[in-house]
Amino acid sequence: MSTIAAMKGGFNDPAVDAAHGFRALLNAMAMPGAINDVTGAVPVAPLSVAAGVAILTLCDPETPVYLAPSHDTDAVRDWITFHTGAPFVGPSHAAFAIGTWEALMPLDQFPIGTPEYPDRSTTLIVEMDALAQTGATLRGPGIRETAQLNLPDAGAMADNAALFPLGVDFILTAGAQVAALPRSTKIGER
Amino acid sequence: MTQEWNDRKTWMSLLAKVPVEALALAWDEADLGPDYRWLRRPETGAVMVRGRMGGTGLPFNLGEMTVTRCALELADGGAVGHGYVQGRDKGHAERAALCDALMQTEARGAVVETILTPLATQAAQVKGQRAERAAATKVDFFTMVRGE
Repeated sequence: MSTIAAMKGGFNDPAVDAAHGFRALLNAMAMPGAINDVTGAVPVAPLSVAAGVAILTLCDPETPVYLAPSHDTDAVRDWITFHTGAPFVGPSHAAFAIGTWEALMPLDQFPIGTPEYPDRSTTLIVEMDALAQTGATLRGPGIRETAQLNLPDAGAMADNAALFPLGVDFILTAGAQVAALPRSTKIGER
Repeated sequence: MTQEWNDRKTWMSLLAKVPVEALALAWDEADLGPDYRWLRRPETGAVMVRGRMGGTGLPFNLGEMTVTRCALELADGGAVGHGYVQGRDKGHAERAALCDALMQTEARGAVVETILTPLATQAAQVKGQRAERAAATKVDFFTMVRGE
């Protein structure tokens, strides 16, 4: 009964849960490196709770979604369709892309916006095994001195930051935790 | 009036179009009140109604209409019911979805007997009256043949 599974796990109280989800994502984007806890969604495997919350909060029929091979299953498609109505597209037209880091590569297949409209770029929802405040050093807007986050590939993400004001943005999810890496964050090793 | 209720489309269509009060009355009378869980709480939106001129040809946009929809799952047995109804009445959508869910269970007979059949009869009466009123004002046009 895959169709019933697809209909479960949405927000219990859509207005309130989506507001909480949005606040958590906003905090994550505004303070790169900060890890926020989210609840409310119970998506189908292999989607994590945090990715589910991000999808329910941000996606609607006007945001094309790209599912990377790691997450491109009928169950995931049915779940996203029932709860958000978002259309599925290839990477070159996606507003959101969902998958593991390896499955989402290469990074240059996603739109990075145009100088007139830098917002016409993809936001990648990267599913990770765990989030931890160790690893690559982050600097930039929203960070007091420096912050640290275990990025899946600091080199590729630093190259993306070098494209500023163009480039893609990342939402990193693991379990019920979410962090974010906007294109404005500078990544150093130290 | 007897009607077969084999096709989900027929009862979904009836539930979507019946007057809010009529369904509320019938629902209270049936007194089924099953436990259920929301899959999608009632939400109101607009849908574009499209039609084809004369039932053929290319579809055109007739206009937008307000629709309220919801989805729920019965606690007992897990039957899933959908309600898509015209207007903004969330209770209407909820009752329609409950009827739809119950039509997939053993309570089917009770739903048909106390809710669907009376409502269908009412709807047919209203339709008949309107057709009669319209028929009374019907004008037939003739073209007189002139000459040979």
